[in-house]
Amino acid sequence: MNILALDWAFAIEKMVLIAIVISVSLVIAMYATYAERKVAGFIQDRHGPNRAGPFGLLQPLADGLKLFFKEEVIPNHSNKWLFVLGPCLAMLTAMMTSAIIPWGGTVEIGGRMIDLQIADINIGILYVFGVVSMGVYGIMIGGWASNNKFSLMAALRGASQAISYELAMGLSLIALLMLTGSLSLKTIVEQQISGNWWNIVYQPLGFFIFFVCALAECNRAPFDLPEAESELNMGYHQEYSSMKLGFFLFAEYINMFISCAIIATLFFGGYDMPFVDETKLSGMTALLTGVAALFGKTFILIFVFMWIRWTLPRFRYDQLMNLGWKGLIPLALLNMVVTAAIALYTMK
Amino acid sequence: MLFWFLTVMALGSALMVVFSKNPVHSILWLIVTFFSISGHYVLLNAQFLAIVNIIVYAGAIMVLFLFVVMMMNLNDISSPLKNKWLKFAGVISGCSLLLVLIAALKDTGTMQQEVLLNTGKIGLINNLGTVLFKDYVLPFEISSVLFLSAMVGAVVIGKK
Repeated sequence: MNILALDWAFAIEKMVLIAIVISVSLVIAMYATYAERKVAGFIQDRHGPNRAGPFGLLQPLADGLKLFFKEEVIPNHSNKWLFVLGPCLAMLTAMMTSAIIPWGGTVEIGGRMIDLQIADINIGILYVFGVVSMGVYGIMIGGWASNNKFSLMAALRGASQAISYELAMGLSLIALLMLTGSLSLKTIVEQQISGNWWNIVYQPLGFFIFFVCALAECNRAPFDLPEAESELNMGYHQEYSSMKLGFFLFAEYINMFISCAIIATLFFGGYDMPFVDETKLSGMTALLTGVAALFGKTFILIFVFMWIRWTLPRFRYDQLMNLGWKGLIPLALLNMVVTAAIALYTMK
Repeated sequence: MLFWFLTVMALGSALMVVFSKNPVHSILWLIVTFFSISGHYVLLNAQFLAIVNIIVYAGAIMVLFLFVVMMMNLNDISSPLKNKWLKFAGVISGCSLLLVLIAALKDTGTMQQEVLLNTGKIGLINNLGTVLFKDYVLPFEISSVLFLSAMVGAVVIGKK
């Protein structure tokens, strides 16, 4: 039996890493809901949640508890299996992307080199696209299985929005990949650490397009058409209650966290602490500063996401599609051609 | 071990595509089939093919299928195919397709070749890119022109 012959230490290391990454993303997503309301309060000149615990810090726990104890309703005319499958898929795809993000450098513990990355696969960033394109099904299946017109409309909107913006996202990324010459996120980070500038300096337009598309992919305002309350009631999760609703809302925050981490990795040097030479630090300190740097960048980006949500009004649906197909895609193509020309010119 | 698991999964879900009553279920089973085929690609160390299969087929084309089925709301129509002669013709043409495929594959010699498990390098992205843009650049460009013309055709029909 060659299935028993695998490297057990390796398997355990990866298991522990997966458990840590998933629990950290859950906690961050939980507190992102709190941060979102605090930021909203700050921007709208009010307090935000401040009743549960000091500064309202226990608010996410209270909300979670409330969702768990709510009555679970499955509508009579819904498709039961798919109705349950929808939120599960949304949560699963939100989690799966975290597998290829390098959370930090390499460290030696007990004679083993431990990489703070679950899998450094050859196709790297393409894996993210694969998972993101799967994420549409959570919304579509959930919306369709609810057997409700508003949900169905929202599901179709969500899916077409996701597909449209995926294209521009891919195109903006091609330009970046021309410069790095590698799909592996680990290599991309290492290139940015070793003396060069961060990728945002070389690819400002690419970063802008990628960022807008990330907003659209996460269904965040101003692109939150799938859940536009004023026209679609609650959007695709209208029929959901209890923790199934919680899963949908939670998946959105996990998606936001993961996509901020990916933007930080691709464009802002990943776990590279600015103005510090990591090679001079000892193993553990270098690792911890790296992790802290990545999380710092991610949190700043999350704050920008929230800032945009609470200051910009929502697009109309035709405006959204026009921006995607007639604005971002030609811009991304232009960026790609210019980058290719410059890369070719400097290579000679 | 993994191979058998994936094979059973692929064949089982492919059968479910045909036998499910609800067209939306059929589509979801088809997505499962694509995933198991991608699993086979990964076993052959063709990671790029695997992920492109997921992105393009499972991620994009199936979403469009799902769109159409959801919009047309086909649930209530139980079985559209009532004519038994039509079923008969379908079975015959399916069997003859199987026959032709087996006949074509019998003499290709791939059966004798050992499949490179986990060691083949051709599926990795830089090798694939080199082969595609050096040895097969003309067929590649021609097929992309074909795609472009299909897109233009779709737009022209859509404008009517």
